Amino acid sequence: MSGTETQNYAVIGKSVPKIDGRDKITGAARYTADLKFPNMLFGKILTSPHAHARILSIDTSEAEKIPGVKAVVTHKDAPTLKYGISPARWDENIFCIDTVKFVGDKVAAVACIDEETCYKALAAIKVEYEVLPAVLDPLRARDEDQPQIHPEFERNINAEIHQDFGDIEEAFRAAHYVRTDTFVGNRTYQTPIEPHTATSMWDGDKLTVYSSTQSPHYFQYYIAREFGLPMGNVRVLKTYVGGGFGGKLEPTGLEFGGAVLAKITGRPVKMFYDRAEMFAHNRGRHRQYMTLTTGVDEKGKILGVHADFIMDGGAYTSLGIATAYYAGAMLTLTYEFDHFRFDMFRVYTNLPACGAQRGHGAPQPRYAFEAHLDNIAKHLGIDPMDIRILNARRPNTVTPNEFAVNSCEMKACLEQARVLSGWDEKKGKLPKGRGIGVATGSFVTGAGYPIYRTDLPHAAAMIKVGEDGTSATLYTGAVDIGQGSDTILCQMAAEAMGYTYEQMKIVAADTETTPHDFGAYASRQTLMSGAAVKQAGEEVKKQLLEVAAEELDFPVSDLDVRSGVVFSPADPNVTMPFADVARRHFVTRGPLVGKGSYTPPKLGGTFKGAPVGTSPAYSFAAQVSEVQIDEETGEVTVLDVWDVHDCGTVINPSLLHAQVHGALFMGMGESIWEEVKFDDKGRILNPNLSEYRLPTALDMPRIHSSLVDSYEPAGPWGVKEVGEGATLPTMGCLRNAIFDAMGVSVNSLPLGYEKVWRALKDKREEAGSQKAG
Amino acid sequence: MGTITDKQGVQRYIVDLMVNGDPHTVVIKGNTLLVNVLRDELDLTGTKKGCETGDCGSCTILLDGKPVDACLVLAAEADGCEITTIEGVAQHGELDRLQKSFLDNAAVQCGYCSPGMIMSAKALLTRNPNPSEHEVRKAIGGNLCRCTGYVNIVKAVLAVAEEEAR
Repeated sequence: MSGTETQNYAVIGKSVPKIDGRDKITGAARYTADLKFPNMLFGKILTSPHAHARILSIDTSEAEKIPGVKAVVTHKDAPTLKYGISPARWDENIFCIDTVKFVGDKVAAVACIDEETCYKALAAIKVEYEVLPAVLDPLRARDEDQPQIHPEFERNINAEIHQDFGDIEEAFRAAHYVRTDTFVGNRTYQTPIEPHTATSMWDGDKLTVYSSTQSPHYFQYYIAREFGLPMGNVRVLKTYVGGGFGGKLEPTGLEFGGAVLAKITGRPVKMFYDRAEMFAHNRGRHRQYMTLTTGVDEKGKILGVHADFIMDGGAYTSLGIATAYYAGAMLTLTYEFDHFRFDMFRVYTNLPACGAQRGHGAPQPRYAFEAHLDNIAKHLGIDPMDIRILNARRPNTVTPNEFAVNSCEMKACLEQARVLSGWDEKKGKLPKGRGIGVATGSFVTGAGYPIYRTDLPHAAAMIKVGEDGTSATLYTGAVDIGQGSDTILCQMAAEAMGYTYEQMKIVAADTETTPHDFGAYASRQTLMSGAAVKQAGEEVKKQLLEVAAEELDFPVSDLDVRSGVVFSPADPNVTMPFADVARRHFVTRGPLVGKGSYTPPKLGGTFKGAPVGTSPAYSFAAQVSEVQIDEETGEVTVLDVWDVHDCGTVINPSLLHAQVHGALFMGMGESIWEEVKFDDKGRILNPNLSEYRLPTALDMPRIHSSLVDSYEPAGPWGVKEVGEGATLPTMGCLRNAIFDAMGVSVNSLPLGYEKVWRALKDKREEAGSQKAG
Repeated sequence: MGTITDKQGVQRYIVDLMVNGDPHTVVIKGNTLLVNVLRDELDLTGTKKGCETGDCGSCTILLDGKPVDACLVLAAEADGCEITTIEGVAQHGELDRLQKSFLDNAAVQCGYCSPGMIMSAKALLTRNPNPSEHEVRKAIGGNLCRCTGYVNIVKAVLAVAEEEAR
């Protein structure tokens, strides 16, 4: 459907160049750290060197004496209201009051005339600590003998989830085969290349914060709350953002601490994290222990699944309550089964807090489930591709946890991946050391409910056509963090208005000048912000055609507008340039403005945690990867990856495939190399980009990104998500390819060379001992 | 290189830099990094800082034609050198073919690594106008990108090379 429909669109469905591309390749694009303000100071935060300690005293007097130091602040100078991004668990303070809870926790901050003076000042602050025993092992965090991190959370339980759908016991009783496997997910970090920066300034009672943020709205809401300001007195805006991937979704010490320092000094204060501080702030992927039990019939049809998980939340909640729910909720999407139980403990430890990283909560459980399913297929002697096609979700179905799925081309994705990858020619026929694996994924197209409870629309937009009609400006709260929302929303605006992309301008993500939008997370903007933009564009079009009807003396119902020209489908002689009509509108009626907003329908069930995972639409994807394993070293070389996506109608094919490339790349990094590691004192061992190993250009396989035809009724023009979905299958897909190549299962991420080598060694020794025995 | 000593007894160096064809003289401390002179003194903020430890390549510039991480070069070391930053790649508002190719091939997402990527690729194409895919990957191997999986970046560089070969 989408294939033919796309042909009829004038602007969408085309790979127009990015609206901000030129600025970004000439060095003209200013990111937050590039901004300078008159009289600006520089600020840094003093952090805890201990994983868990009581603060006995803080002496700032020596620091204050250093020339160029303008302010030194601690909790005594700042609001002490606890904050967080999950309203269920506000557990963080701007500066620690009694205890520090991880290496990197915020203790004090300084504002100075330059960066160098900041470091001198930080070194001169004397903090006396009483070091406390720390909780570093999430599996032991709930034990009676472990220290309490937050007094109000007994046994360090941050969240406990027990969900039961259908009758899992009965499903297992009826099953031909019931299998249990345990897997471990790794702690990873989003690692945007742009470090977090925020510059805060006050004008009387009004606070302005320039921040590298994924959501000016949530920042505005939480900053206003913390400082007791009306939201109208807090302006949060971004310039260009150098990537986020979930790590820039919540305000940090840079915004809160910067606002305190700016207030006290009366000057703009630029705060920034260096790379090590970014790792300490973290909010990346949780380490997660995942036990899965699944019952299948003799053909491999899944009857029921029990997921029993524990996740290491770190010292604070961050967005982790949602992560914990997502971990189970999203397991029900790609395959159909009726019975599902989900048990989860998210525990506190004295390690950096974890939050939402691309694919939010879903990728590791997906890895575990896809590996588990291959184990089941192997036991039953079924081809891994066949067992997936057998169980693949169908359109217009409902998951056991009550997610309504409209469009769903899961089966078509798998079948296409089978053909493109040459699965049938390769499976079981590849030379030694070579293997092929398959996995699936599905992701929300925007969260059905916002992070805090509110009745605000999820997205809003406004379009102002220039007075002479030669340009139009889209005002949207949507946040372009690199994924290209500014571009595709301008395409959508132009399509809806009957205008051209080249004439579009955009003002985005500024709480003062643009209409409200929740921001860039949960893959929501193409559908949700897009729906608001479409409505705004249609409102412009309606008004424009009314004026055109008057000017042309022709019935409005017989007029249309496309690519900047008003015309009549009935009479080819009736035509008038959009610009001329728009100008007449301004002269006769005032500004030509359209507005729109979007609120999703009520979604999901009524059980505890039911909102998490609801969405107006879900994307689906299948991946096949082919790997080469070096038996001597365990080295994994990924040769090819085929990603086949069901993401609805495509607005910009180039940008869409680029999202797949990036999501897959990130999943691959987490699969093989990336892991934040700690010593026995809770200090990060690799808080830098040489030892926290991101894939380089030399590590990447050939990537083949393709699509299946699909149309999503809940989305404007039939769109749904792509940005996070392609991260989901990758880890399981690579695990399964290694399993196929060598017959060994690596049950923890990352599937590093050493782990593969050890698994091969164990297998050899086992075979040797069996022979000997 | 001239020096002056300030009232605290700290020695400052008078450094001459030719940046994108423009002569600049700056007075800096011995520990001042070149990347900070470019960004803070000359307001050439196209050169990005991502790690300040030479790992990410965001601050890649050409120093006498060679690609270097400007965060690993002391400004004093660059005295008398010719420097090209991303701002010096387009000439009179006309994009370089490499820049055009980055746009045409959707090789830019967040854009934070793009200046460094373009500088590394430019250095490669200057010394080797017809590189293999592996040579392209090697040339940008020290430039980390978190958005693109490098797919379209490699494509963009190769497209320029192919155009050159024709």
